[in-house]
Amino acid sequence: MILAVVLLLLAAGVLAWASERFVGANAPRVVSVLAFAVGLAWAISEWLGGPAATGLYAAQHIEWIPRFGISVALSMDGLSLLMVALTMFLGIIAVVSSWDEIETGHGFFQFNILWVMAGVVGVFTAMDLFLFFFFWEVMLIPMYFLIAIWGHENKGYASMKFFLFTQISGLLMLLAILALVFVHFRSSGEITFSYEKLLGADVDPAIAMWLMLGFFAAFATKLPSVPVHTWLPDAHTQAPTAGSVILAGILLKTGAYGLIRIAVPLFPQASMDFSFWAMLLGVVSILYGGFMAFSQSDFKRLVAYSSIAHMGFILIGVYAFNEVGLQGAIVTMVAHGFSTAALFMMAGALQHRLHTREMSRMGGLWVHAPRMGVMTLFFVVASVGMPGLGNFVGEFLALLGAFGKNVPLAVAATVGIVVAAVYGLYLMQRSFQGTPNPDVAAMPDFGARDMSVMILMAGALVWVGVYPQPVLELAGATIATLGVLP
Amino acid sequence: MAIEVPVFHVLMLAGVLFLLGLAGVLVRRNIMFLLMSLEIMMNAAGLAFIAAGAVWGQPDGQIMFMFILALAAAEVAVALGIVLQISRRFDTLDIDAASDFNG
Amino acid sequence: MDWFWLVPALPLAGFLVLFVTEGKLPDKVVAFVGAGSVGLAALVALGVGWQFVASGQSSFSLPLWTWIAVGDFTPSITLYLDSLSLVMTGVITGVGFLIHLYATGYMWQDHEEPKGYSRFFAYMNLFVFAMLMLVLGDNLLTLFLGWEGVGLCSYLLIGFYHRDPANGYAARKAFVVTRVGDTLMALGLFLLFWEFKTLEMQAILAEAGSLTPGMATAVGLLLLGGAVGKSAQVPLQTWLPDAMAGPTPVSALIHAATMVTAGVYLIARMQDVYLLSADAQHVVAVVGLVTLLISSFTALTQTDIKRILAYSTMSQIGYMFMALGVGAWSAAIFHLMTHAFFKALLFLASGSVILALHHEQDIFKMGGLWKKLPIPFWSMAIGSAALVALPFTSGFASKDAILLTAYDNGGWLYWGGGALAAGMTALYTTRMMIVTFFGRSKTEPHDDSKANMWLPLVVLGILSIGGGWFGIAVLDDLLGPIKSFSHFTPLALVTIAVPLLGVLVGWLVFSGRVNVSAVVESGLGNGLRRYWHGGWGFDWVYDRVFVKPFVAMARINKNDVVDLVFRITAALARGLHYIGALTQTGRLRWYAANLGLGLVLVLLIVLEVL
Repeated sequence: MILAVVLLLLAAGVLAWASERFVGANAPRVVSVLAFAVGLAWAISEWLGGPAATGLYAAQHIEWIPRFGISVALSMDGLSLLMVALTMFLGIIAVVSSWDEIETGHGFFQFNILWVMAGVVGVFTAMDLFLFFFFWEVMLIPMYFLIAIWGHENKGYASMKFFLFTQISGLLMLLAILALVFVHFRSSGEITFSYEKLLGADVDPAIAMWLMLGFFAAFATKLPSVPVHTWLPDAHTQAPTAGSVILAGILLKTGAYGLIRIAVPLFPQASMDFSFWAMLLGVVSILYGGFMAFSQSDFKRLVAYSSIAHMGFILIGVYAFNEVGLQGAIVTMVAHGFSTAALFMMAGALQHRLHTREMSRMGGLWVHAPRMGVMTLFFVVASVGMPGLGNFVGEFLALLGAFGKNVPLAVAATVGIVVAAVYGLYLMQRSFQGTPNPDVAAMPDFGARDMSVMILMAGALVWVGVYPQPVLELAGATIATLGVLP
Repeated sequence: MAIEVPVFHVLMLAGVLFLLGLAGVLVRRNIMFLLMSLEIMMNAAGLAFIAAGAVWGQPDGQIMFMFILALAAAEVAVALGIVLQISRRFDTLDIDAASDFNG
Repeated sequence: MDWFWLVPALPLAGFLVLFVTEGKLPDKVVAFVGAGSVGLAALVALGVGWQFVASGQSSFSLPLWTWIAVGDFTPSITLYLDSLSLVMTGVITGVGFLIHLYATGYMWQDHEEPKGYSRFFAYMNLFVFAMLMLVLGDNLLTLFLGWEGVGLCSYLLIGFYHRDPANGYAARKAFVVTRVGDTLMALGLFLLFWEFKTLEMQAILAEAGSLTPGMATAVGLLLLGGAVGKSAQVPLQTWLPDAMAGPTPVSALIHAATMVTAGVYLIARMQDVYLLSADAQHVVAVVGLVTLLISSFTALTQTDIKRILAYSTMSQIGYMFMALGVGAWSAAIFHLMTHAFFKALLFLASGSVILALHHEQDIFKMGGLWKKLPIPFWSMAIGSAALVALPFTSGFASKDAILLTAYDNGGWLYWGGGALAAGMTALYTTRMMIVTFFGRSKTEPHDDSKANMWLPLVVLGILSIGGGWFGIAVLDDLLGPIKSFSHFTPLALVTIAVPLLGVLVGWLVFSGRVNVSAVVESGLGNGLRRYWHGGWGFDWVYDRVFVKPFVAMARINKNDVVDLVFRITAALARGLHYIGALTQTGRLRWYAANLGLGLVLVLLIVLEVL
């Protein structure tokens, strides 16, 4: 079934592209939404159906290149299911939120969105490292097109930067994959790319450290962590709204997912030895990301930097090596997907109305658009880490876990919540509060469609914040099987 | 009784011809002369092949010369086409005029 | 008592109704929903309290649902009622309702904000909900939920008139400064969790004995950090005076009666941890004492009536912290309650004055109002009497309980500091009363307040006087013995005499009967006055040590210094590209020459000439 869903998204992409010519400009969007809706319905039905005895909700295994031990092995456990459901949900949101934004090339636009998401679903379910890398690249190219074609004023620079960072770090991962397969071949005599088989590979500790770093480089770049974060602000700022939503909501999570699923379980000892440095990177990301967010004057850029700070919580949570921290990282992945995606949608809506992202040209917008003001306030407050909303649960658990592992680093990371308050409220002040900017005579408020999307996202955050148990249970089953916790 | 020409002399001649051709390629700007210089260089190489074939008593040297002849014929056919295009486009036979392919 | 969940649920429902209707409800309905939800909650709380006391249980918990369950970490949303949280609930809903009722009148004429009336009550209801979660949560995470929630509402309400950037600044300052304390508190929570594997307060308190003294001190100080932020104590007190930018009912509810006393509640709740660490307790007492003195001197120099009351709030909470530090837990809570009565009264009465003078807050532009605004005047007088702790008022009962215990448990230093501050309190309160209500009239008031505004004043006035008797009669049983003025000692006489003396001196000085201008206008007097007026320079220091460097660094680093590495790499690549491109001249003969040269070079190398 999983392969069918991936193929469905790919086919829907082609169909959407073709439909623009044969049906009309509206058709691609409808195709896209329908494809994601089917995907979401499938994910939810698998969820409600419960896992099989193996703990998997769905699994598939087809030989691909038997000679090299490569197969199309896809399986979906709790964590994968969670991420796939989030992907489908945000897919719908991304398409609906940019309904009016794109003016040219509707068909190709939706094609790219659908193909990115197909790659993402593949990444979240692949159980074969060759396949994983394949899907990893599949997500990259359409995303490049989304930024390069439909981006804003500096799209060429941003898209190339995005491409180079991801590609170079991806090559490091490819090297690590090949080396791991080779090492495994030498000790067992079997060439295989299978995740399960490589889990048991007997790797010399010194080599394991290097291989782990290869994977870590790719995932930390995607996450992104300081110091390889600089592609993100540019890519986000220049991307169209749907691109930003997908980038922040989903693509960054593939980095976190890779850490949890691949880097740490394949090399538990090396990861454990590396944990101090990884957590340090996380702390630096939290503090530096927050600090940089404060220094920005561009609405979207500010939110992009705040993403980096939030991703830092994922790093410290994963490398805390305890259940609390790991759960915190996973909840942060989900909650950040909602809160930041919503803020990017807000940035897109503002740009659509004011033709600028500069906050010096906003100010006092609440007067014109109270609904937008309230929703921005809500998501800012969520990303500041207000208890009762999703981000708090994730960040608190991540910090709590980190505190159990390394107290000084956890203390430093906790300072990040003060920084979050500083930049979050500053964003609110400069855009929606303060003296109304005389240049903005009037601005249409959110209508029913935008509002319902926003309320959907807000409701999801409240749900994760007040009753995160379903998320925790899904993720908990996976964590138990990863076998990385001491 | 044929006169024995020392192989060293033949190779010297070939070398001198090759250098003359090379000098022509480097110095002349007219494409026609450039092509002629190229011909000279090729023939110099052919001469060396024939001398070597004679020394070893093998036919290979002569066969190689046949190849070179064929190559030269083909080259001239293509080159003259290009010359025609250049003279039409730039209205000159100066090879340096066709330097649009700079980096 | 299973319907106990209604107490926090009703204000939450009120908030949701006002939020969902987006301000489309008529103002009368808004007033009904906004004040009514809190009023109902107060009634329910009263009923539950009655049942609780009648049942004779020492505590009652009502589990609602498991919030988070990860391994050992299983905080639940559980409401926990004991005498302490009952008293707090009573204060929050009771005083909260009176303030809401008052606000229905105070905000009525407020046309500055479109749909502001509904937004105001939405925030206020959300605040009451969060505050109730704070005091009713059975674990520290639920407490933290309320803790952050009240901070958010405080932020929203301080910046209620959001078009003025100054209000936004005050609001952000309040949120960020208290967040600094919250960070420390969060660390305290982490420490407690890894120590006890739970955050449930009763479980922690039961096991607290297993803490090492060092750990107890660490936990105590970290929690104190949170308390200091929320309760505006030194060194995180600087946000409270600026918070007066919010509408006056907000100042009464959040920045006087309830939220700022959350720190007192937290420490009283966790008292068993503090009992294990004399050091931590000592720090609590010193923090209280220092705040008490600093803010009462500052209050003497302020000219804005709300800022005077704000500093006075800080100093009264300083009393409570001092009481906590010397182990007078019940006296601290007693003072918390009486303070809620009289300070809410003072704020509401000052609100009436401010409203009658068209939002004039400078006391030197008031004067001669006592005949023209009788209800605010008498309310203010009663509130002041209680604040000054004149005999037979509620403030007298609670403050003396604190001072007497401070002497018994802490010694001369605490008693002396407290008594000095009591004298100062009398002095600045007398100044405020005389300048505001007597002397020459400077602004003509117009008072059109309705019953919904003066009724709360009357009720709070009665409570400000009678609350002391209630405290002695009821709290003594509920919370534990409170030292009262039944112990007659020479010391008690001095304690009673100091405020009277302060009032006397104040009356002499500020009514102009004794001329002190020579002292005040001297170099030292002027310098001190300015130093005190600026809040003892805390803002000045924080601005230069934290705010300015941070902002300056942010400005310098806007383009991200880390990106420089990648930009330089890109520039290098581009430079190499240009150098390489230079060789591509497009000239055939140049290529041929290079070819020849290369050939010669290779030949020379092969023939080993080079």
